[in-house]
Amino acid sequence: MRANDHSSVLKSEEHVGHFHGGIKLPGHKSMSTRTPISRMPASQRYTIPLTQHKGAEPEVVVNAGDRVLKGQILAKPHGLISAAVHSPVSGQVVEIAAHHFPHPSGVAGTCVVIENDFREEWAERKPVGDGYRELSAHDLRALIRDAGIVGLGGASFPSAVKLTEVGIETLILNGVECEPYISCDDMLMRERAEEIIKGAQVIAHIIKARSCIIAIEDNKPEAIAAITHAVEASGSDNLEVQKVPTIYPSGGERQLIQVITGNEVPVNGLPSDINVLCHNVGTAYAIYKAVFEAEPLITRIVTVTGRGVHAPKNLEVDIGTPIHECIEYCGGYEPDAKALIMGGPMMGLTLDSDQLPVIKNSNCLLVSAGIDITLPTSEQHMPCIRCGKCVEVCPANLLPQQLYWYSSSKHYDRALEYHLFDCIECGCCAYVCPSRIPLVQYYRHAKSEIWEQERERKKSDIARERHERRLERLERQKQEREARLKKKRDALAKNKPARETEMDRKKALIASALARVNEKKSKQNVEAKNTENLTPEQQQKIREADARRKKMKQQGK
Amino acid sequence: MIVVIITLAIIAALFGLLLGYSAIRFRVEGDPVVDQIDAILPQTQCGQCGYAGCRPYAEAIAKGEADINQCPPGGETVIIELSDLLDVEAKPLSAEHGVEKERKTVVYIDEETCIGCTLCIQACPVDAILGAAKHMHTVIESECTGCDLCIPPCPVDCIHVKVLAPTLTTWKWHEPQGGFAAPRAG
Repeated sequence: MRANDHSSVLKSEEHVGHFHGGIKLPGHKSMSTRTPISRMPASQRYTIPLTQHKGAEPEVVVNAGDRVLKGQILAKPHGLISAAVHSPVSGQVVEIAAHHFPHPSGVAGTCVVIENDFREEWAERKPVGDGYRELSAHDLRALIRDAGIVGLGGASFPSAVKLTEVGIETLILNGVECEPYISCDDMLMRERAEEIIKGAQVIAHIIKARSCIIAIEDNKPEAIAAITHAVEASGSDNLEVQKVPTIYPSGGERQLIQVITGNEVPVNGLPSDINVLCHNVGTAYAIYKAVFEAEPLITRIVTVTGRGVHAPKNLEVDIGTPIHECIEYCGGYEPDAKALIMGGPMMGLTLDSDQLPVIKNSNCLLVSAGIDITLPTSEQHMPCIRCGKCVEVCPANLLPQQLYWYSSSKHYDRALEYHLFDCIECGCCAYVCPSRIPLVQYYRHAKSEIWEQERERKKSDIARERHERRLERLERQKQEREARLKKKRDALAKNKPARETEMDRKKALIASALARVNEKKSKQNVEAKNTENLTPEQQQKIREADARRKKMKQQGK
Repeated sequence: MIVVIITLAIIAALFGLLLGYSAIRFRVEGDPVVDQIDAILPQTQCGQCGYAGCRPYAEAIAKGEADINQCPPGGETVIIELSDLLDVEAKPLSAEHGVEKERKTVVYIDEETCIGCTLCIQACPVDAILGAAKHMHTVIESECTGCDLCIPPCPVDCIHVKVLAPTLTTWKWHEPQGGFAAPRAG
């Protein structure tokens, strides 16, 4: 390879670093690059999922029955990490309901369904154009956020969040596109290089990057030529084109940064920790559209390819278009079509229906047939023989066989110790595994189990706190009740002496009165006065009665 | 000779004092193992383990009175975590204490039928039921741990179990099936 076959903006290949592992894969790219990008004709009905990005679901701002214009916002970002969605056409909102869309969970998510009226009426647009240089970074970030732009390289992370100026030296524009079959970035660079460069300049302006390197794999000479030409035409002196060797997965953010700068992004760190920021060329193009044409992210380039599709090509498709229409536009399925994959054969998502809509990260619709690049699936696999081939190819420098060991036996804490979350799920390990173990599936399962455990832990912490509060409350209520009873008893006990003295006083009064009466009685020693004029017999009877009484008294005693 | 004995005695006394001081100064309140076990348990407070709640069960495990496989809501994950923490052999969930649920559940109250008796409120270990006497009750779904303790006391059987379906934030990649039995790491 001649390093300097274009001009001074094309950097020499000799300075390129390299990352650990990686594999050479057959490209299969030429089948979709023979014809230029075609504009997919407008569809009748669009299904636009709210969650097409990493982060929180945006907030719907339209109602069913509303008339919407092309480019009108349908849902605005909710929270820091969130992205807006827009209407790709003018028409009517038919419904806002849960529908299936390309997502590994297979869970239906809220979608806005729009019926096209084919009038192509745009919402009000005010392009900023070259005036962006006068705008603050904050305003431009808001513009990009409102345009619903997410990373179009595959991760769909809201781009505005990745545009903070934190002393970034180098902006790397990722035009590597290392996965087989996919050619949407390649075609975009060939045909719209000037716009990509303008978008890159906007990004560089926002983050105040000193230089910008556009990285392209050496299997895309046309794209390299087009971009180099556009860089020269722009007259900018801080833009460079870097050809990188074709090794999968050199398009991974961390791998590309290592290739370009020779430095490794630290574990648990971000590229900004080594003063680098990486954006996809497609994202740069979307930013160009937002700034220079005031067009939000409502279309994207999709590679429709694979041996199972009749006429593979790249399409410019409105977000929300049904996938089957794209396939039909490319001549439909071949008789031996086997599977429909969104993305590439290594990291793509196998879809079980072509009725789903194209979404922001649908870079490729691959229809496989016959012998293709395939990764092991969930079918019967052989045991791990610990051959270490996976270790040799792992671009993240991990020990895949150990991760498999701990993931499959559910020892997730040990898997974490072996840096499970540094796995980029590129599939190299599974591709080379002689036992055909679906390694990435094990890692993905382990990762989602760990996330779930984390959620459960948070929930159980809340439950523990609520339970403890409840026990505290019950204890407090018990004590309060006891305290109330005690208070009552105490009050009773306190009143007791006072009442006793009262009783005593009364008793004493009664006793003294009785004593007085008795005293009087004994002093007087009275005799009945009606006994004087009686006959002796009568007196005798009285005396006898008295004697009897006395006797009885004595007996009684 | 005497010097040696005195020196050793002084050293012994000094160390004794140091140890005695440390015992008071660095005294640990409660049993930290109980806290560690309690942190692993799912806090449903369901009592399926045979104890009054998660903490009493944690205390029983720490004392060696209870086994680590008596928690159906925690299932295999909790057993493996406990076996790692306590350095004992993991074992399958004890069948007499129940079976692990396939999916997380919560309960809901059929509000038409509820008579407002407050019995479920008294049964709920995490105060996740809201209501007052002779007024309709309702379950705060986000706080419900799915312990089902409120179901038996209900006199009109108006509390029902709802299986939580995965959402875009709670979905999981399915576990790869097939292949040889997954190796058990020691």
